[in-house]
Amino acid sequence: MRALATHDLTKDYAVGFWRARQFRALDGLSLDVEAGEIFGFLGPNGAGKTTTMKLLMQLVFPSSGGAEILGRPLGDVSVKRRIGYLPENPYFYDYLTAEELLTYFAELLGIRSADRRARASRLLDEVGIGAERRMQLRKFSKGMLQRVGIAQALLNEPDLVIFDEPMSGLDPLGRRDVRSLILRLRDRGCTVFFSSHVLSDAEALCSRVAILVKGRLRAAGRLTDLVPFRASGWELVVAGVSDAAIAALGSGLHTVRIGEGRYTLELPLDPPPERLVAELTDGGANLVSLNPIRQTLEDFFVEQVSS
Amino acid sequence: MRAIAAIAVNTFRESVRDKVLYNLVLFAVLLMGASYLIGQLTAGQDVKIIKDLGLSATAFFGLFIAVFIGIGLVSKEVERRSVYSLLSKPIHRHQLVLGKYCGLVLTLAVNVTVMAAALYLVLAYMEHVASPDAMRAWDAPALDSALLKAVALIFVELTLVTAIAVFFSTFSTPILSAALTFGLYVVGHFSSDLRNLQDVVDSPAAARLARGLYWVLPNLAQFDVKADVVHGRVVPLGYLAMTTGYAALYISMLLVVSVFVFSRRDFR
Repeated sequence: MRALATHDLTKDYAVGFWRARQFRALDGLSLDVEAGEIFGFLGPNGAGKTTTMKLLMQLVFPSSGGAEILGRPLGDVSVKRRIGYLPENPYFYDYLTAEELLTYFAELLGIRSADRRARASRLLDEVGIGAERRMQLRKFSKGMLQRVGIAQALLNEPDLVIFDEPMSGLDPLGRRDVRSLILRLRDRGCTVFFSSHVLSDAEALCSRVAILVKGRLRAAGRLTDLVPFRASGWELVVAGVSDAAIAALGSGLHTVRIGEGRYTLELPLDPPPERLVAELTDGGANLVSLNPIRQTLEDFFVEQVSS
Repeated sequence: MRAIAAIAVNTFRESVRDKVLYNLVLFAVLLMGASYLIGQLTAGQDVKIIKDLGLSATAFFGLFIAVFIGIGLVSKEVERRSVYSLLSKPIHRHQLVLGKYCGLVLTLAVNVTVMAAALYLVLAYMEHVASPDAMRAWDAPALDSALLKAVALIFVELTLVTAIAVFFSTFSTPILSAALTFGLYVVGHFSSDLRNLQDVVDSPAAARLARGLYWVLPNLAQFDVKADVVHGRVVPLGYLAMTTGYAALYISMLLVVSVFVFSRRDFR
């Protein structure tokens, strides 16, 4: 079952005051997001990711094409009861406390008054906002606002969350918390559709990704289909080895000297590296690491964006 | 209705937290200071002057709140991007506009009510200390209930000015909205002159244009019954009802157009 589907979704903006011309921010996007999956929406700045999300949340209107969210067409306000949305760099009413903001939004979501405070409190706990919840939001840091933004998106226990750059403004600890939160949401059966610049997060979390470049869909699919995860070689790091021993390996290997007696060697997939490792360690070298070389999502992303 | 009420209450809370109601303190100081000074300087006219001053100050302070908060009601939401998270909730755009409008009307209602109460308190004090001779010179009693009619019409006028400010703020910048709202307020108080322009201009086209503008622009002068009330002239309840009905019709039209414009906007 699909949680989200766009059909030839296009958005043109008028640019300029006198003699306005059209700027195409999104060009015929057709995309399916399956229910229960974590879908990464990737692309460089100005690719059209935020425009897509705003179209889905009916903050802007499509120039042509359409979309279905949880089986309902664009424009159906009632479906928002089942969606959670985190805008990019969110801003909230800074005269409210975090607790008041969530209680206010809970009221707009039609949550019973008896449950509002308890749910707000539970979510603020979940995103790591402690005693600060009783402070006005004008005193919050960017990272704390981001956490509040995530909490408000989860108030209605949504079936689909749309997160625009959820890792933005977060420190490494915050990013780790949000990553595990996204995984917990998936485990609860919630579909997660998020945009990110942080490709390692997308790589760690997503079952499928789409890459958008200049408003056009460049690639979409399962990570395993898009990125050849099979190894293309080995990366060996050794220490305590002499320059002569490395020179004796021949000129066919790509070697990088990274310090006194410390080298990185790129080995082909075949023959297996065990014999060479044994030779080096027998000669007194210490094995630091041996890892397979695979193309990463980042390599694939850079390839797609620059092609 | 629930969403409109929730947004209205939050808008009212914003006014309170942004210390908008502090103007009440200024009003109270102005009124008490004026009553003391006028009591020293005039005989017999003091109550009339205080009534006039109190009602004018109520209208003046209210006008500033209606315009300067009204112009930011919708545009601030868009400018600061708080509209993104708000509209991601299951609410319609018209509910946002109406909720914001009702919230400011609630702020104005509290403001006008407290000011009217303060005015009555000062007048009660003046009546208490006035000599029987001075009281005989008054056109109307100090605690005249007719004052409430003037206060009610000031409030109705402010709700109309708020609707004008909201209307402009749905499509223009705050500075332009403020200028246009103030402009319309001033023109609205002189709109009866437009009706009579045919008596002083020769051009039939100009007269027709002025007459057209008279029908389109709000006639705000009719909400001003301060002089009547202060001088003890009767303001019929029927007049109050007619004027309120006119305001309701005008406000409805402005809000319908505001909603129409706001519902079609892209929030880029």
